[in-house]
Amino acid sequence: MAEIAKTNEDILIEEQGYDDHFHEHHEGDKYQSSFIFKYIFSMDHKIIARQFLITGMIWAIIGAGMSVIFRLQLGFPDDSLAWLKPLLGRWIQMNEETGTGSLDPQFYYALVTMHGTIIVFFVLTAGLSGTFSNLLIPLQLGARDMASPFLNMLSYWFFFLAGVIMFYSLFLSTGPFSGGWTAYPPLSALPQASSGSGAGMTLWLVSLTLFVVSVLLGGINYITTVLNLRTKGMSLWRMPLTIWAFLVTAIIALLSFPVLASGFFLLIADRGLGTSFYLSDIFVAGQALDYTGGSPILFQHLFWFLGHPEVYIIILPAMGIVSEVLSVHARKPIFGYKAMVYSILAIAFLSFIVWAHHMFMSGVNPFISNFFVIFTLIIAVPSAVKVFNWITTLWGGNIRLNSPMLFAIGFVSLFISGGLTGIFLGNSAIDIQMHDTYFVVAHFHIVMGVAAMFGMFAGIYHWYPKMFGRFMNETLGKLHFWLTLVGAYAIFWPMHYIGMAGVPRRYYRFDGFDAFGQFTSMNQFITIAAIIVFAAQILFVVNFFWSIHKGRKMVTKNPWGATTLEWTTPIQTGHGNWPGKIPTVHRWAYDYGRDGREFISQIEPLSEKEKAEEDQH
Amino acid sequence: MDTLTQRYEHTTNKIHPLKFALWIGMASITMMFGAFTSAYVVRQSAGNWLEFELPHIFFLSTIVLLVSSLILHSSYKSFLSGKESKYKLLLLTSFVFGLAFLVLQYQGWMALFSIGIDLKGNPSGSFLYVLTGIHALHVLGGLAALVVGILTAYTRKYKVTERRKINFELTLQYWHFVDILWVYLLIFLYISR
Repeated sequence: MAEIAKTNEDILIEEQGYDDHFHEHHEGDKYQSSFIFKYIFSMDHKIIARQFLITGMIWAIIGAGMSVIFRLQLGFPDDSLAWLKPLLGRWIQMNEETGTGSLDPQFYYALVTMHGTIIVFFVLTAGLSGTFSNLLIPLQLGARDMASPFLNMLSYWFFFLAGVIMFYSLFLSTGPFSGGWTAYPPLSALPQASSGSGAGMTLWLVSLTLFVVSVLLGGINYITTVLNLRTKGMSLWRMPLTIWAFLVTAIIALLSFPVLASGFFLLIADRGLGTSFYLSDIFVAGQALDYTGGSPILFQHLFWFLGHPEVYIIILPAMGIVSEVLSVHARKPIFGYKAMVYSILAIAFLSFIVWAHHMFMSGVNPFISNFFVIFTLIIAVPSAVKVFNWITTLWGGNIRLNSPMLFAIGFVSLFISGGLTGIFLGNSAIDIQMHDTYFVVAHFHIVMGVAAMFGMFAGIYHWYPKMFGRFMNETLGKLHFWLTLVGAYAIFWPMHYIGMAGVPRRYYRFDGFDAFGQFTSMNQFITIAAIIVFAAQILFVVNFFWSIHKGRKMVTKNPWGATTLEWTTPIQTGHGNWPGKIPTVHRWAYDYGRDGREFISQIEPLSEKEKAEEDQH
Repeated sequence: MDTLTQRYEHTTNKIHPLKFALWIGMASITMMFGAFTSAYVVRQSAGNWLEFELPHIFFLSTIVLLVSSLILHSSYKSFLSGKESKYKLLLLTSFVFGLAFLVLQYQGWMALFSIGIDLKGNPSGSFLYVLTGIHALHVLGGLAALVVGILTAYTRKYKVTERRKINFELTLQYWHFVDILWVYLLIFLYISR
């Protein structure tokens, strides 16, 4: 690499930086000597971030591909799917007389279940939070690496193992688990309940238990790093909002995933040891089973005690990324920084006391439901604070409409439209009509599925230069954005209408119901939109891998003109992140357009004028 | 690993990162047992709940675990103050007591079984087995850490280094934690009969 002239920032780090003698020890550098330890069993947070990202992308393609297959079934139930036989094998049932092939109904349920499991856990939890927490926490805080690089490596490999087991379950002769991603008993507790409830469910449980371990190991590291390894001057109130979001996400994960684990252990006991925690008075094929005294609702409580915080585990990192991207590309400080932090904390707190709003129709006491309704609706307040602040950040900004910025703005749009329908669903009375319909599907796909994906895309386009030293193609990026935004609305907007008319989710086909016949063309429209959006994601994947080798090269350290620390590291960021001293921090992360300057890096000391102002306060 | 020590020296938070990480881990284990015990309460309040007396052997095992914890603590004190042979001996004794705890728990399960409380029967029994069983797994994890400590004590030359000190502290704190966790479970099981 050619020697690049020293920038202002390099000189600042040399003069002001903190010398921790990191590179004199070479303990950290040693394990990077061979290919295997540098790229595979790496303990470097930047490599682990890329591992999480690429694994997450592979899972995203599998999960989204499944949705295309079941959308084909829903949009065109009478057309032959024989052309899918090479891929799906005997899950396509051939009609000997007409030569048409149809999707096996059992496998349809398996596809729906796996789509949910994969996207929620593997893509939007591991792929999103795993990638960006790993990449940004040490870089934006001025740390050499995570608190425990070894646990960090284990976190990835537990995730990888969970993925391998889940992937294997797709090829079982009895099929993967098919009882819905929420895995409610008795379908999940009785191996004889359906063909996917046997080996498929066993592997599902093993895989997700390993996944919980991965999340916990990662979360322990994120929290410890944020609270213990910040550089000099990086007080909590000077942290970028990304870090606040990752910190709170990790705290939520650490408090809620163990509860899911306990629910899983009881489920495993029911399946393997013959206990009846969740089972009572059950008949299978006319035979009474001797399980007695259990309650399936207990599992729902344990599951949703994780399940609801889980949606914030998914959305908070996206919110943090969006706050950062909006501020950088609008060339304005984020509006209401402290309000943003407090609203993250408020959302995190509320996320733990709303779980029963997923269970309004399961027979919980309507009186108790009222409390959950109130807490659920209160979440709208911090959410609205965030939306208001994003819009006011954009207001009057010198906006650069590049790919990361477009995706960040798209996130705000989706979060508003998806969030509003949450107010409908949060009411236990309206839920009587809406529950288990396509209205619910539309709501959570927009607000948490697509919105979180948009946050992830914004992050990938924005930090791609930091990860690979090159830029992604802008034209393809914009095309990707417009196809995805318009396409996503085209998929999910009509679902609101279908849902309000009472069309239930997870049904294989609707021609048995006269009332739903009018939606045939709408379902076809949704399916076509889904195929186009899926194709647009392939465009993104091509752009991603093409740009690693052929993208425009990054020639300056700080191409976006951002204030945060990750842009003070060398273009090819080595182990330990900073070649010499660690930078020290003198100001918050959002000094844009201050004192007539476009941006002031966090490592720049306060000017005399600023010091005088500080003293006045 | 000395790099790690250096990295946190300048920060405001003076707690060792690994120790802090352990506390966070303990918080998540606490959440898991919190979930188990709340599930227990919810299920119990729904009725059809078999009542029986806890086997007395569980009280004996509690004492054994508490003693093991105290012994490990004094082993740590000896380690710091340079009493090498006492430190090694107490470390080994603490391990033996920990093992004895597990044996006694097993005896407790046998006692339950002999009065007709089966894993498969009424959920009140199943909960007891699962709660104590998963706690025993956590004790097993602590024993594994103690084995590593014993191997270090008997194979390496005695020396109080920063690294060995922090490892010992981590083991000690975790051991105290599973101890307190068990006391919580016992009190919970005793009063919620």
